[in-house]
Amino acid sequence: MTKDKELELIRILEHHGRIGTDVLAKMLDENEDDVKKCMKKLEDEKVILSYATLIDWNKVTTEDHIAAMIDVKVTPQREVGFDEVAARIQRFPEVTALYLMSGTYDLSVMVEGQTMEGVARFVSRKLSTLDAVLSTTTHFRLKKYKHDGVIFNQDEKDRRMVVSP
Amino acid sequence: MSQNTMQPGTKNNRLSRAVSNIKPSGIRRFFDLAANMEDCISLGVGEPDFVTPWNVREASMAALEQGYTSYTSNAGMFELRAAISEYMHERFNVGYDPKEEIIVTVGASEAIDLAVRATVDPGDEVLVVTPAFVSYEPLVTLSGAVPVPVPADASTDFKLAKERLEAAITDRSRAIILSFPNNPTGAVMNDIELQAIAEVAEAHDLLVFSDEIYAELSYDTAHTAFSALEHMRDRTVLISGFSKAFAMTGWRLGFVCAPPDITQAMLKIHQYSLMCAPTQAQHGALEALRNGRDVVEKMTNSYRARRNYIVHALNEAGLSCRFPGGSFYAFPSVEATGMDDETFAEQLLVEEKVAVVPGSVFGKGGEGHVRCSYATSMTALQTATARIEAFVHRHAR
Ligand SMILES: Cc1ncc(COP(=O)(O)O)c(C=O)c1O
Repeated sequence: MTKDKELELIRILEHHGRIGTDVLAKMLDENEDDVKKCMKKLEDEKVILSYATLIDWNKVTTEDHIAAMIDVKVTPQREVGFDEVAARIQRFPEVTALYLMSGTYDLSVMVEGQTMEGVARFVSRKLSTLDAVLSTTTHFRLKKYKHDGVIFNQDEKDRRMVVSP
Repeated sequence: MSQNTMQPGTKNNRLSRAVSNIKPSGIRRFFDLAANMEDCISLGVGEPDFVTPWNVREASMAALEQGYTSYTSNAGMFELRAAISEYMHERFNVGYDPKEEIIVTVGASEAIDLAVRATVDPGDEVLVVTPAFVSYEPLVTLSGAVPVPVPADASTDFKLAKERLEAAITDRSRAIILSFPNNPTGAVMNDIELQAIAEVAEAHDLLVFSDEIYAELSYDTAHTAFSALEHMRDRTVLISGFSKAFAMTGWRLGFVCAPPDITQAMLKIHQYSLMCAPTQAQHGALEALRNGRDVVEKMTNSYRARRNYIVHALNEAGLSCRFPGGSFYAFPSVEATGMDDETFAEQLLVEEKVAVVPGSVFGKGGEGHVRCSYATSMTALQTATARIEAFVHRHAR
């Protein structure tokens, strides 16, 4: 498969992870075996990391789904800079995302849990006790409007007439 | 006026002859059939399934907030015309002077009407390359001229063959309307193929109305603007707009580029019939040209994948279908079922609740084919093609 087709495949999969390889083959005007091979290669190369599903949890459970974004200031360490402390933080199962930031703080830590206490406990007992961590500022997420490019609660009705010129 | 003040018989002849002679659009009939059907999957729609890009909508709202609510100049906001000029130059390599060679119109639809009315006289013949967008022939008729269909049918891969064109030309031929990428066939013509047409136009002194509204939706090759061909700029009226590429059908905004004598004549009609195109829409269009082009590319990529899918799926279903190079229509033959296109479309709608448009609605050369728009979700396309497959199997000869 050409580089262009491979890129096209990646673009489609990014938003439609569940599309079957037979359909993908048609969309790309390629043969199905080649598509399968290409996907395998992208998985092996860790270009494709996982096939995820975006869920609006508010619609399926009444269980609390608490999320917080924590701004963390850290002391960079000799040789490894921020990487070592990042490597420690990213392993906590509560952490769903971790980014190095420019600006007034260094790391942005996304944490998800079932209860607010759970998140608070993580911050006070695990995160802020790390040697390199100087300070933390925790922001709780109140509502999800848009995530990973998808607008939640969007009315996606097709308003077009059934037949038009 | 009350009924009894009318003279007996008035009702029968109070409509103009030109209007009375026009048949209602065949699309209308299918609309009526499909409109009230539940769970109907529509491949009958001739417009993007995307909503206009947000930045464009936002710019239009901002214009309203800032109080841009009055007329613009007749030809359209100068800034917009300048942006159109730049866009045409960058994207399609044709230069037009924004001062006197560009008019912003109420859709490409108005531009077609203006082009015809500004240049033809009653009795003139206008060659219409068919299958074609449904409004060309009626607009020619309304102007008093005579539409002469020139079929670009399956036998020529839906491209216009020079010989066909030559055969249709008479002493009264004034102009030709062509549109590639095409609605409904999806056919495109490359520069070499168009050059052959250009030579005929020159030899017979024809004006060329080139409707390039689908120019951005060319999937495999770069689009060639007709006026970019040698000697053609002076005899071409290039018609385009925002409806298809920028997903702005409801905004009613198009434009036309032509030599100044023609635009100035068109402007006379435009200024008396419409004054100017809607102001908020013009502000939106300006944003579309300035910052909307990456979105066009994304939408085009998405159409390309869907085109590939539907063409393979239709062929697998037993309807033979070429790979259309542009627009967002596939135009398969329904021959395998032994039905004519009208019957096929109607039965498919009744039995499987899939709406497609019979090809004959688009004129000569469209018979035996149906137009399937793939400007709809992959999910809808998958269901629709599965239903079509079941239908064809049931009816295959
Ligand atoms: C070939 C062609 N030209 C023009 C138009 C009308 O475009 P607009 O919305 O700009 O009037 C259409 C719409 O279907 C079309 O298919």
